[in-house]
Amino acid sequence: MTEIVVISRLVPDLVEELEIAPNGKALDLAWLRLIINEFDNHAIEQAVILKEKIGANVTVISLEAEGVEDMLFTTAAKGADRLIKLTGLDEEAKPTNQSLAQSLAELLKEINPDLILTGVQAHDDLTGDLGPQIAEFLDLPYVGYISGVSVDGPLAKTFKEYPGGLLAEMEISLPAVLGIQASEQPPRYVAISKVRQMMSTASIEEQAIGDLDVEGDFVIDRMYLPEATEKAEMLEGSEEEIAAQLTSILQDLGLL
Amino acid sequence: MTQDIYVVIEHIQGELSDISYIMTAAAKELAKSQGGSTVGILLGSGVEHLKDNLALDRVIYCDHPALENFSSDAWKKTLIALFGEYAPRVVFFGNTTIGADLCSSISAHLDYPIISACQRISDQGLITSQICGGKIMADSQISDKPTIISMNPGGYKPEEGQGGPPGETLKFQAPGLDDLKVRLVQFIEPDTSDVDISQEKILVAIGRGIQAEDNVELAEELAELLGGTVCASRPVIDQGWLPTSRLVGKSGKSVKPELYLSLGISGATEHLEGITGSNIIIAVNSDPDAPIFDIAKYGIEADLFDLIDPLLEQIEAAKNG
Repeated sequence: MTEIVVISRLVPDLVEELEIAPNGKALDLAWLRLIINEFDNHAIEQAVILKEKIGANVTVISLEAEGVEDMLFTTAAKGADRLIKLTGLDEEAKPTNQSLAQSLAELLKEINPDLILTGVQAHDDLTGDLGPQIAEFLDLPYVGYISGVSVDGPLAKTFKEYPGGLLAEMEISLPAVLGIQASEQPPRYVAISKVRQMMSTASIEEQAIGDLDVEGDFVIDRMYLPEATEKAEMLEGSEEEIAAQLTSILQDLGLL
Repeated sequence: MTQDIYVVIEHIQGELSDISYIMTAAAKELAKSQGGSTVGILLGSGVEHLKDNLALDRVIYCDHPALENFSSDAWKKTLIALFGEYAPRVVFFGNTTIGADLCSSISAHLDYPIISACQRISDQGLITSQICGGKIMADSQISDKPTIISMNPGGYKPEEGQGGPPGETLKFQAPGLDDLKVRLVQFIEPDTSDVDISQEKILVAIGRGIQAEDNVELAEELAELLGGTVCASRPVIDQGWLPTSRLVGKSGKSVKPELYLSLGISGATEHLEGITGSNIIIAVNSDPDAPIFDIAKYGIEADLFDLIDPLLEQIEAAKNG
């Protein structure tokens, strides 16, 4: 049976206010609300779609963080077969993707999957993308910005997105790592009751991960909130007043 | 290691991509503080002329049939061989659908540090990155190792990297490219039966804030009243609420309307790169820190559902008045 592994990460929820750590060189992880990386959510969906089409065993691997159990049980409710949580990470600093990829590569060698899917990017990454780095440590091909995957014998048939809506149909020899931009169908919704059920029936395996490099090979001088040079002129007032101002702006521009 | 700063030139279907000019502008800026020449790397087949308008000191051109269209496998093998011979100080890749397939794996292969999402280079040679959807900036120093920088579109204007032709073109012999694991089958052109949003004068753009498929018709009503068209950021397209032909930003279209009225779009970097050509951007978002307000001319901090009804009424009245 086709063996698929999805690497899924939690990332800061951008709807919340982000804060900088006291050292001024990193995000303050203490107060962050984390949510699933949206592209990883698409990677999970794509894996489950493949499982439904061709029959596959889907393993989801994630890093220990607040909310990771809920996230993993949710993937089980969608159809994932095996859940792995990596433990023993430094809670206060984000590891470099290169050191994380190296550790994941060791674990992935044991699982020996045909296909490794992960979100094409994570918005909080400053040290490269995880998928291509994993591929390199496993000496596997990598293609990113994928929207749609099918498996045909020893090949993955994929669609890679280019600007302007152009698509490239590509064939990739398996095993391979794919960076998912979008699944063929929007990620499915699962009822909370089904997730709760998984909490009592599914189990999460824990795998300790060695000391990861959190420093990297370049020096972050400063992390900060953007200082906009030009900010929009904000329209104030009640909704009716704002609507009136906006209408008059559109009239002045000759657009009405 | 030389002091030279390299740029991996991108092209699709025989046309140079704007990111190549943008990276050239960044490389020139970095060379001011770091020293060294700026060198383009052009991989392809029969595309040597693409170097002509790039404001670079030199170009290394590698011609091979397997490099004609982008294949991460063939391009990566060639670049690794090339860096073995030329020992760069810094290499710029695009944070694009091409560059992002290459830079992180080459970084892992050669153990070159990589700095993601570079927006600008400072006068002192600091690399300013923009992460977390444009809500966080980071200034980094490059170390003494050869370093890869992944460059966002949008940090520089393409014109800033135009000029040329480069003073010298060197040829590089491709390594063996027989046993490739990534193969282009065909390009699939975008659907042209729908309206072309890149040509529209008025666009009403919707994002995650539209919340549900049923709400899309509110935006359509507003667009119709304004004589415009509805377009969207990625989350709306991924939900299947509008066709891909309406996508603005990375993987979608770059637009240049008279009016870009954005409703419930936070303004992640991938979206903003598609709208910088707009004449006037007006943004409605409930988050006062949304990056869209940094590039909009007028901003409205409001729930779009509270605003849209009075807005429809007043525009209607103004048109009839």
